[in-house]
Amino acid sequence: MKYMLLIYGSQDVAPQTPEAVQKVMDEYWAYEKAVADAGVRIASDALQGVETATTVEVRDDGERVVTDGPFAETREILGGYYLLDVPDLDAALDWAARCPGAQHGSRIEVRPVMEFEQP
Amino acid sequence: MRASQTHSEGAAGSVEAVFREERGRLLATLVGQFGDLDLAEEVASDAVAAALERWPVDGVPGRPGAWLLTTARRKAVDRLRRDKAYAARIAVLQAEADRSGSAAAPAEDEDVPDERLRLFFTCCHPALPLDAQVALTLRCLAGLSTPEVARAFLVPAATMAQRIVRAKRKIKGARIPFRVPEADELPVRMPGVLRVIYAIFTEGYAASAGPELVRGDLADEAIRLARILHRLLPREREVAGLLALMLLVDARRQARTGPDGQLVLLDEQDRSRWNRAFIEEGRGLVVTALQGGPPGPYALQAAIAAVHDEAADVTTTDWPQVVALYDVLADVAPSPVVALNRAVAVAMRDGPAAGLVLLDALSADERLRGYHLLPAAQADLLRRLGCRDEAAAAYQQALALVGNAPERAYLARRLEEVTG
Repeated sequence: MKYMLLIYGSQDVAPQTPEAVQKVMDEYWAYEKAVADAGVRIASDALQGVETATTVEVRDDGERVVTDGPFAETREILGGYYLLDVPDLDAALDWAARCPGAQHGSRIEVRPVMEFEQP
Repeated sequence: MRASQTHSEGAAGSVEAVFREERGRLLATLVGQFGDLDLAEEVASDAVAAALERWPVDGVPGRPGAWLLTTARRKAVDRLRRDKAYAARIAVLQAEADRSGSAAAPAEDEDVPDERLRLFFTCCHPALPLDAQVALTLRCLAGLSTPEVARAFLVPAATMAQRIVRAKRKIKGARIPFRVPEADELPVRMPGVLRVIYAIFTEGYAASAGPELVRGDLADEAIRLARILHRLLPREREVAGLLALMLLVDARRQARTGPDGQLVLLDEQDRSRWNRAFIEEGRGLVVTALQGGPPGPYALQAAIAAVHDEAADVTTTDWPQVVALYDVLADVAPSPVVALNRAVAVAMRDGPAAGLVLLDALSADERLRGYHLLPAAQADLLRRLGCRDEAAAAYQQALALVGNAPERAYLARRLEEVTG
C-alpha cells in the first residue's frame, strides 16, 4: 500500500549554522539510501521555501485567480515528502519515525494514498 | 472454559451466553481470515442469527464456538461470491491459504484458535483516537452492542455509531494491521492497550457524569477484558498489575456506596463488605507483577491498593509503606494526580499540616486546574485542622467542579458540617 509522508515544520526550526544544515542533509541522504535499499521508495522530494509558493484557483465562472503564497496560512508548512510502498500503517509509521523530517522540531503526517480500480 | 458448559438454561439464553463469550474469539479469527472488520462483524451476526434458528431445534452443538465459526465462514464466502469487488480478494485469500497451509479453516471438531490478542492491538492502535479505541474494544472484544457502548458512556447511540464507523473506516483506509507487535515493539504498544482497559474501568469506578457513582457494568467489562489479556499474555507483568489493581479496587465496590447510593469514603467503609475473593486474587497477582524487574505503574498502584485492602481500618493502615510506594510511583510515572495522592498519604503518616503544604504547592499546577479532588483533599485536611472557614471555601471550590451526583452530595454534606 502506498503512503505519503508529508513533512511539516515551521520555518523558525530550520537549522541555523552551516554545520547544522550539513548534519541534517547527511541524515536525509542516509535516510534516502535506507528507503531505496529497502525497496519501499517510490518518490521523494524537498520543496522550495513557502515564499516561492503560488496559489491558483479557477472560479465557477471560469475566472482564473492567482495569488501569492500558500493557500492556508499555518505556522507549520509543507517542506517535502516521501512516497513509500509498504505493507501496512505500522510499517509506514516505522519509516516515518526514522525520517529526519520527524525530528528537529518538524513532524510527519502519514496519509494513505487513495487507490482506484483500473477502468 | 466455555460458557456453554455453565449455562444450561433455554437455547436462546445459551446462544446469548455463548456468543458473548465467543464473540471476541470469533471476530478475531474472522478478521484474521478476511482482513475486514466490517465483513467479520456482519457474518458473525449472521452466524448468531443462524444459531438462534437452529439450536432450539437441533440442540446446542458440543463445540458452539467452532459451529459459529464454520457457519460464519460459510456466510462470508456467500457474501464475497455475491460481491464482484471481492472476487479478486477471494483469489488472494485462497492463494495465501494454499501457500501457508496452516491458514486452513478449522473443522467443527477442532479447537478455535484464539487470535484475540491481534484484535486487541488493532482496536487499541495509537492511530485511533482514545474514545474510539475504548468503543471498539468494548464492541469487538467485550461483545457489547453499539447502543450498549453508547449507554455506558452516556452519549447518543447515533454519536457512538458514527465514532465506530469512522474508526473502522480508518482501520480499513489506512490499513491498520491486524497483528501482534514484535517483542521489541511490545513495550511501546502494551501501555496503549492497558490504558484503554483502565479507561473503561475508571469510567465504571467513578462515573464522570450522571446520577450513579459506580457503573458496575463497565468495571465488570474492564476486569473481564484484563482477564482475557492476562490469559493471552501471562508473562506480561503490567497486565497482571492492571488486573490486580482493578480487582483490589473493585473489591470495595459494595462498601463505596451507602443504602441511598451516597458516597462512602475509605475511612468510613464497612470493610466486612469488601470482596475477599477479589482481594486474595489481586494480592496473588501483585506478587507476580512486582517480581522480575523494575515495577511498572500498574503494579505499584496495585501494591498501594493491596496495602489498603489488607488493613483493618484507616488508622492501622501501613501509611509509611503507602508513602514509600507513591515515592517509587512518582519516580516511574510522575503525574500531578500521583503527587496529590502521595500528599494525602503523607497527611495520614505525618498529620494534616504536612499534607496541606504539599497540596498547596500543587495548586499552581495547570494540569490540576478543574480537578475537583484537589480542593476536596485540601478541604478535608483544613477541616481536620479545624480551619472551618478555609475548609468551607475549598469545599465550595470542589463542588463547583465535581461531575457526578453522589460525590456532589458528599461534598455538600461536608460543607454543611463546617459551616453549620
